[in-house]
Amino acid sequence: MSILINKDSRVVTQGITGKTGMFHTHHSIEYANGKNCYVAGVTPKKGGQVVEGVPVFDSVAEAKAATNCNVSVIYVPPPFAAAAIDEAVDAEMEVVICITEGIPVKDMIMTRDRMRGSSTVLVGPNCPGVITPEEIKIGIMPGYIHQKGRIGVVSRSGTLTYEVVDQLSKLGLGQSTCVGIGGDPVNGLKHIDVMKMFNDDPDTDGVVMCGEIGGTDEEECAAWIAGNMNKPVVGFIAGVTAPPGKRMGHAGAIISGGKGTADEKIAALEAAGVSVTRNPSDMGKLMQEALQS
Amino acid sequence: MKIHEYQGKEILRQYGVAVPNGKACFSVDEAVAAAEAIGGSKWVVKAQIHAGGRGKGGGVKLADSLDEVRSHAEDILGMTLVTHQTGPEGKEVKRLLVEEGAPIKDELYVGLVVDRVTQRVTVMASSEGGTEIETVAEETPELIHKVSVDPKTGLTDDEARGLASKIGIPAELTGEAGKLMQALYQAFWDKDASLAEINPLIVTNDGRVVALDAKINFDESAMYRHPELEELRDLDEEDADEIEASKFGLNYISLDGSIGCLVNGAGLAMATMDIIKLYGASPANFLDVGGGATTEQVTEAFKIMLKNSNLKAILVNIFGGIMRCDVIAEGLVNAAREVDLAVPLVVRLEGTNVEQGRQILADSGIAVISATTMADAAEKVAAAAAGA
Repeated sequence: MSILINKDSRVVTQGITGKTGMFHTHHSIEYANGKNCYVAGVTPKKGGQVVEGVPVFDSVAEAKAATNCNVSVIYVPPPFAAAAIDEAVDAEMEVVICITEGIPVKDMIMTRDRMRGSSTVLVGPNCPGVITPEEIKIGIMPGYIHQKGRIGVVSRSGTLTYEVVDQLSKLGLGQSTCVGIGGDPVNGLKHIDVMKMFNDDPDTDGVVMCGEIGGTDEEECAAWIAGNMNKPVVGFIAGVTAPPGKRMGHAGAIISGGKGTADEKIAALEAAGVSVTRNPSDMGKLMQEALQS
Repeated sequence: MKIHEYQGKEILRQYGVAVPNGKACFSVDEAVAAAEAIGGSKWVVKAQIHAGGRGKGGGVKLADSLDEVRSHAEDILGMTLVTHQTGPEGKEVKRLLVEEGAPIKDELYVGLVVDRVTQRVTVMASSEGGTEIETVAEETPELIHKVSVDPKTGLTDDEARGLASKIGIPAELTGEAGKLMQALYQAFWDKDASLAEINPLIVTNDGRVVALDAKINFDESAMYRHPELEELRDLDEEDADEIEASKFGLNYISLDGSIGCLVNGAGLAMATMDIIKLYGASPANFLDVGGGATTEQVTEAFKIMLKNSNLKAILVNIFGGIMRCDVIAEGLVNAAREVDLAVPLVVRLEGTNVEQGRQILADSGIAVISATTMADAAEKVAAAAAGA
């Protein structure tokens, strides 16, 4: 078992004829069951082509009709990426994973508003994707660092996720699913949503969560963990040394009721019973200890 | 992206927001001429820098005569203005805004931000204008009123008037104040703003509602569709190295430590800074080389870091996903050959093509301290810096 995606997922790549879409579809097809999972590509006006061995369609709806795809991954350039998400939502994809970085916030506000009431789950944008090791890889992560196992990973940062996974794998702790939720202010799944999924997944024994400064997603997740989580959670928050006010508007923090600093997030997580480390090299080791206690 | 107050007011004026009559000036003579053209008997001379708290720092002065306008302009233009947002080094004032003086009866606050939780634009308003909204939020949060705006409808008449009424605008002016807030919202939305603050929004003695200040930031990701905003960029207000870095698509922020960091991914870059601190040293910068960096970008990143005179050592921490370790290695080798590497270099590579990357470094003949884990890298770079 796993969350979000597995070896039976049927994936369509939106933006498959672009350089990035083609490159990562190629590597994803080579990973585990990818050859069977990747069933379609979409690029408007390029229907009829075959790229990386998969048929290309003009729209997600056409791809779905022909291939019964249920998961979409998006590598469309920023100006068109929100519309690509809309298209995947309208075609009722179960999961949409948007890798694209640099989508205007306003576009995402509109897209998220359109998604109200939809059953489609959005991961990202501006994320590395999702991987269920030794089954399927959807995204840009290096597949070979992952091992199949029972630890869930959720993170806002791409490369920091790889760092955790690498530590876990080297300790022999494989992963059930690793989810990069992305660093954009307006996005799909939050820490709390993924944490709930891992809690319900019978094949996940513990979760590593990597947060960072800004917003209050980690605090909300901490509050939920305190009352509901029945598996060990290990946390790391990046940005303890980040200079305040350099990247986030103060007024934005006011709304959310906190300042979004690393120290506040660490305190919230610790109060919820999460083992938090300030040393990013220790995340794997801490998970190992948490499982043994 | 940030712009000046006078530029923000010009945008607001285009949307029908009432702002004082005023003009941007680049010299003392221009300031006096502007005051004369504006007319009246009271003026305000305001320093234009991209930071708040200008009044407290002596960057905003009232004048009752043209002579006073001249002397204030002489004082402010060219001064190094230090506010809580500029840092102790301050900012040199190169532009002024000269405005008509407004008869202030009441000072209020209106701000717009993108709220990550509701995933909508939130309009905040408060009766406590003129003070910092952070202070109000801490001391009297009940005095901040909020509306989460439905992007399909925009800020409605009822919502806008309701806010106006809650912050104590007299009944006969709530219609006018509501219209101002709606215009402000429309400007925010149309221009892809990320933050807009009017502090203070004033009610005048003669019964008008006027935006006395304007602070507007824009979403960098949307600049491609706003060439008219790109023209407002004032490079004097931005860090020279940060601008240089951004030309190459690098996300760079200078800090006051001595360990240069070159990392891929913002989260890992912050984590690298954190672990450097944990091992007793201090980062000289934040530098994210991004996801698709080329050899040229890495070379430039390296050059920018090496310009820092505080630099005692460099730590490169790359975990390759999109970014391949061989690309990073080639960039490092090229950069090291182009510049004089006067400080120790610690490199920790992991991920895609890591073996090729390590081989390129090993074959290059460049002195590299190789590290395996982040902790190993942080320990080695702290030791190297201490020994340098």
